[in-house]
Amino acid sequence: MAEWFQDNGLLLGLALLDGLSSAGLIFLVAVGLNLVFGVLRIVNVAHGSLYAIGAYAAASIGIFLAGLGLPDWASIPTLILSAALVGAILGPLIERFLLRRIYAQEEVVQLLVTFALFMILEDVQKLVWGVQPIHHETAMKWLGTIDVPFGADFIPFTNYQLFVLPGFAIITLVGLAWFLRRTLTGRVIVAVTTDREAATAMGIDAAKIFLLTFTFGAMLAALGGALSSPTAALVPGIGAQTIVLSFAVVATAGLGQIEGAALTSLMMGLGRSVAVYFEPELEVVVPYIIMVLVLLVRPQGLFGVTETRRV
Amino acid sequence: MSEVLLQATGLRLAFGGVKAADGIDLGVMKGEFLAIIGPNGAGKTTFINMTTGYLRPNAGEISYEGQRITGMSPRAIVKRGIARSFQLPQLFLEHTVEQNVALAVASRDGIWSPLTPLLRPGYRDEARDLLERFGLTGIAETRADALNEGARKLADIAMAVALKPRLLLMDEPTSGVAASEKMDVVETLARVLRDAKVTAVFVEHDMDVVERFADRVAVWSQGRIAALGPPGEVLSDPAVQREVIGIERHA
Amino acid sequence: MRKIEPLLAILLAGAMIAAAIAAPWLRFVLTIALAKGIAVMGILLLLRAGQVSFGHALYIAFGAYTVAFLAPRFGDAMILLPLAAVGAGALGLVIGLFVTRYRQIFFGMLNLAMSMVFYSLLEKLYAITKGSDGIRVEIMPVAGQALDRITYEWTIFGIALGLAFVLGLLLRLYLASPMGEALAGIKTRETRLEFMGVPARGVLLSAYVMSAVLGGIGGALIAMTSRHVTPLLAYWTSSGELVFIAILGGAGGVLGPFLGAAGYELVRVYAAASFADAWQMILGAVLLLVILFAPGGLWGMAARAIGGRGR
Repeated sequence: MAEWFQDNGLLLGLALLDGLSSAGLIFLVAVGLNLVFGVLRIVNVAHGSLYAIGAYAAASIGIFLAGLGLPDWASIPTLILSAALVGAILGPLIERFLLRRIYAQEEVVQLLVTFALFMILEDVQKLVWGVQPIHHETAMKWLGTIDVPFGADFIPFTNYQLFVLPGFAIITLVGLAWFLRRTLTGRVIVAVTTDREAATAMGIDAAKIFLLTFTFGAMLAALGGALSSPTAALVPGIGAQTIVLSFAVVATAGLGQIEGAALTSLMMGLGRSVAVYFEPELEVVVPYIIMVLVLLVRPQGLFGVTETRRV
Repeated sequence: MSEVLLQATGLRLAFGGVKAADGIDLGVMKGEFLAIIGPNGAGKTTFINMTTGYLRPNAGEISYEGQRITGMSPRAIVKRGIARSFQLPQLFLEHTVEQNVALAVASRDGIWSPLTPLLRPGYRDEARDLLERFGLTGIAETRADALNEGARKLADIAMAVALKPRLLLMDEPTSGVAASEKMDVVETLARVLRDAKVTAVFVEHDMDVVERFADRVAVWSQGRIAALGPPGEVLSDPAVQREVIGIERHA
Repeated sequence: MRKIEPLLAILLAGAMIAAAIAAPWLRFVLTIALAKGIAVMGILLLLRAGQVSFGHALYIAFGAYTVAFLAPRFGDAMILLPLAAVGAGALGLVIGLFVTRYRQIFFGMLNLAMSMVFYSLLEKLYAITKGSDGIRVEIMPVAGQALDRITYEWTIFGIALGLAFVLGLLLRLYLASPMGEALAGIKTRETRLEFMGVPARGVLLSAYVMSAVLGGIGGALIAMTSRHVTPLLAYWTSSGELVFIAILGGAGGVLGPFLGAAGYELVRVYAAASFADAWQMILGAVLLLVILFAPGGLWGMAARAIGGRGR
């Protein structure tokens, strides 16, 4: 054991740091998906496309503004503003003109409508941004790197991945928890999530809540994408990869669980990056293994509540 | 009449702080119609749920034909000859009434035949016959989600009867049935059950129905059996009238 | 409508044969459509129970890789087809024992997870599967007869058509049987089934195994037709495609999957030829139009055109 650690300790440290930063991204996307599902009861297959478009938009806006002489420090706010822009435009469009028509439909139909949307957005993204990799890493470069002490050694790691990504995840987690518990709109959202019939019977304007929630969820997905854009080159297919991972997080955590989604994202982020360094074949499989194991023990998800059927 | 079919002994079940059953001892005699009355929320449905395996009592046991059935699954209990109907009818909403009843008939043989139709002559005839006895022939081909409450209720009971149980538990069989049809419906039901020699336990709120059809009445109050006996005796007991019937008649 | 279904089936088969004679490239497209139609019948089965599998491409891929792996050893279509069917059925039983404990979104997501695990294994275990390069399948003898390319393609087309007929007929009988109707009962009143002494999970599991077998057969035919298998067969978008075809065809009769598959493949081929960069977008738009404006799918449209009811 000790010997193994001698040889692989640094690698493990790097894996943990990597896992932490990717957990932050996973959380941002998954929590949006979870929120949307909780309120609208629709699993948005196109959620991953919003992530991808957020990433592409942030990169190209960043490149464009840099060409106009935008200082490096402004590249981080640019990422966030780009994401907000994507969410604010696409969110209401999708909710108003597509989802609103199908709230009364069967689950399979709802799933397929968002699947159709996914197919459309995948091609939109290819038509707008092409298939060549796009990379704009100013935000990450500007923040520089840090030597993370690890035992007697140091692991060089970027400040961006160490602080910004998990930082945003934590801000989102805390902010969301505060919003849902302490504000009126937040409590209404929780009420709709727990008991839709009762909530609408009490005169809650469901249409407004749905629009608001979906737009917010879209912004979170786009934010996840935007924040990921400095860390890796963007290629077609990232949306499709992201959505399946988010599904796994949501199902494992339990539907409608915010804190659960955070913990699950952490588990999956760490599990995956440990796999990347030690058993790369297993990288993609790890989240699903975690999911299957969790659901074997707790069929309603880690933090999910069982719905009792009444007879 | 003296043979005990179902015997509950010392049943206890609490949900949170509410004691739905707080030491229930109750025997059901073979061939009788036993009515359970009592205020809402007293635990009457819970008794049916425990007897059919949907809920497990915290303590006590239920035996049927001398064998302990507590802790068995609903499936195993049905196989032993106990069927139930529901307060909220549990129909297959996308099937017709005939299909609903035929499925219940088919389930006696196991439903595992994959290539012969459900509505084959054997099953269809039995389903039709049952529907006729319940006066439901006119709606045999109506989808269950298009029925009114009364018809739903009857179809629900017909499905339970189609299982050919020896003991039938009915949860408020007449609720939702229009007042003008109530007596006819119960009359029909009683005849069908007597013909089939089915012992019946039913939760009921209508005292006229109880008076006319029950052989015995059990008064369920706060998780206990407050009184038990022939309807004439029990329903004229001032304490029962005050506690149960008074509320029910004016509710 | 149900009465003239066999007549319609014969007409459809006739049209397919005529098209395959008229244009050789259509023969390829239609064989694939028949194979997918067979697999989609499995989706239809599960939809009957109100369950959506977003991972059934797993069984297609399993059937296809069974053919690719075993072709060098048992190089005969008549041996490989049953092997693929039985193998997929066995895999379906193992996975089904787990996933049939869940309903709705959990059922869908667990199937998705299983297919993604399989996809990753296909992609990462390069030594065995040749990764994303995939495996070529050579023209193989059928029932001991060595065939030239044209005859081989015709033969596979014929087998696919024959299997579609036989399996469609069996499925039709099944759906109207006590077992099939009990399956449909899971959608509306699962608890009632239990109170009738029917093991609902057993009913669902048997349907699941059947759907896996259908997927395996479809996959084997796809491998024999396209003669090249890649991990993409198992990717979640392929699973989405199967559900897409099921809804496009309409969930009413057993002809739906074949109408849907033929329609899907034709639109796809035309869209890919005319708008190479936007075929997915066109398919997505078609799907949206069908869902929003023709809820009964192609089968429902055909039913209306003939003037009968959808079911």
